[in-house]
Amino acid sequence: MAVVFERTKGLVDVPTHYCPGCTHGIVHRLVGEALEELGLIEKAIGIAPVGCSVFAYNYFNCDMQEAAHGRAPAVATGIKRTHPDNFVFTYQGDGDLASIGTAEIVHAAHRGEKISTIFINNAIYGMTGGQMAPTTLIGQKTTTSPTGRTVEHSGRPIRMSELLSTIDGAKFVERVTVTTPAHIRKAKAAIKKCFQAQIDGIGFGIVEVLSTCPTNWGLPPVDALRWLEENMIPYYPLGNFRDESKEAK
Amino acid sequence: MSKVLMKGNEAVGAAAIEAGCKYFFGYPITPQSELPEYMSRELPKVGGCFLQAESEIAAINMVYGAAGAGVRVMTSSSSPGISLKQEGISYIAGAELPCLIVNMMRGGPGLGSIQPSQTDYFQATRGGGNGDYRLVVLAPSNIQELVDLIIEGFDIADQYRNPVMVLGDGMLGQMMEPVEFKKKEGRKLPEKTWATNGTGGKRERNIVNSLYISTETLEPHNIHLIEKYKEITKNEVKVESEGLEDAEIVLTAFGTVARVVNTAVKTLREKGYKVGVIRPITLWPYPYAEFKKINPACKGVLSVEMNHGQMVDDVKIAVEGKFPVHFYGRYGGAVPSPKEIVDKSLEILGGGK
Repeated sequence: MAVVFERTKGLVDVPTHYCPGCTHGIVHRLVGEALEELGLIEKAIGIAPVGCSVFAYNYFNCDMQEAAHGRAPAVATGIKRTHPDNFVFTYQGDGDLASIGTAEIVHAAHRGEKISTIFINNAIYGMTGGQMAPTTLIGQKTTTSPTGRTVEHSGRPIRMSELLSTIDGAKFVERVTVTTPAHIRKAKAAIKKCFQAQIDGIGFGIVEVLSTCPTNWGLPPVDALRWLEENMIPYYPLGNFRDESKEAK
Repeated sequence: MSKVLMKGNEAVGAAAIEAGCKYFFGYPITPQSELPEYMSRELPKVGGCFLQAESEIAAINMVYGAAGAGVRVMTSSSSPGISLKQEGISYIAGAELPCLIVNMMRGGPGLGSIQPSQTDYFQATRGGGNGDYRLVVLAPSNIQELVDLIIEGFDIADQYRNPVMVLGDGMLGQMMEPVEFKKKEGRKLPEKTWATNGTGGKRERNIVNSLYISTETLEPHNIHLIEKYKEITKNEVKVESEGLEDAEIVLTAFGTVARVVNTAVKTLREKGYKVGVIRPITLWPYPYAEFKKINPACKGVLSVEMNHGQMVDDVKIAVEGKFPVHFYGRYGGAVPSPKEIVDKSLEILGGGK
């Protein structure tokens, strides 16, 4: 009988610790498929962050390092500069990348490090129990913005893809989501393009994935997908912000 | 190889390259900037990579990544910058990654000064980062020893999969002395089978990590680290001493200050006193046992430091209450003069003869 669907070799065959309905699982699968389809599993070194995906080193089926909070792009730099022929990627959340690790991500992009970053933006701190992130929307209630985020107190949410796309060293910047099969297909295409840019030695690449956190948003998984579409996409528009890949040229 | 005249900071760079280190990640700070400058010139010539990071925090995490991928790698800084590196050092210790960290100490706290000091003894030997870990801390007192310890430091790091710190100061970094680059001693170094450099389809995947989320996994990891630290303590103590058996007084100091102490000791001996000297070269593991060689009739042990009294705590642990322990220190970049040390010694000895 012909096999029409199977587990990607880019992921280890273990259950993940993610909450039911969390979109980390979908993104992990897309990254795993991209690693497999581009023939990268044997030469890849991934860097897991601190946050919900801290255990990502248990899931991606390649060599992995676990970094300190926010420092994954620096760790990736250390690996790539000493092993330029390997494929190096980071997988980071919004607390990790958009808060404590802003210096590391900005300067990895600024130096044009030939690394790839998957950035999960779910507008909240998940692992620590639902605190406000720099990406939390105005009015959004979290455990550290119990009456809702206000502009006066915390400013407006930071848009990392837009920010990073102003940096010359960032050669591929795209924001995607995974709320529908169509979005998932587009997300996978973006991740593969981003990875290909590293393979081609073009420069720094990042794919921001708007993601759900049903647990800390206090919503059932399907409602969380709708909440993302109705609230996050208007503020964080989907699309490509920079593409200097070979394919684009 | 004949001797060459080199500045301390540059000699560190030359020694590291001699030891096969091709990768350096750092950030400028006085008084050690000649070292990153030297590496930026010299590493490309040996096919290596120098990278100036956006911060000390990033630099030490680049070291984490590179060390985890299995290469010889180093960073350097001075006191405030070393403070910033503490997070990364703790992770490196937890993940058991070999690397070399140089601290050319300056005065503190805070921005302090750019003058030499020994104020980071506690930070280096007690762990400035979180968690129960140890660095091997090497404290040279001249440029030749600095070079030798840099070369051996990489081997120690690789042998035990542990970060090694070379603790110098602004004086050592800035002064020039003739040095010779001697062949490395033959340590048996394990293969880095744990390194994350791509499986190549030839082995199981490797994970570099300091996270052990359950007590059932973290406690065995802690016990493994403790056993390793015991092994290092057993094998790696380095100390220089003389005249302990009949000493009326013992002077102890490390690094730059040990040089001044030597001059004071000469003066005291000319005055007819029997003076012993202990110069710890490893600050961790500390040469506690050396203090057991001291004459039981000794009147006291004097620790001389460029700080408010840090190593003196280890001296107290070492003498186990058998002798009075005294301290003499200068602060803020001041270096104790031989006369000050002689005067303090005479005070302990009960006046002049």
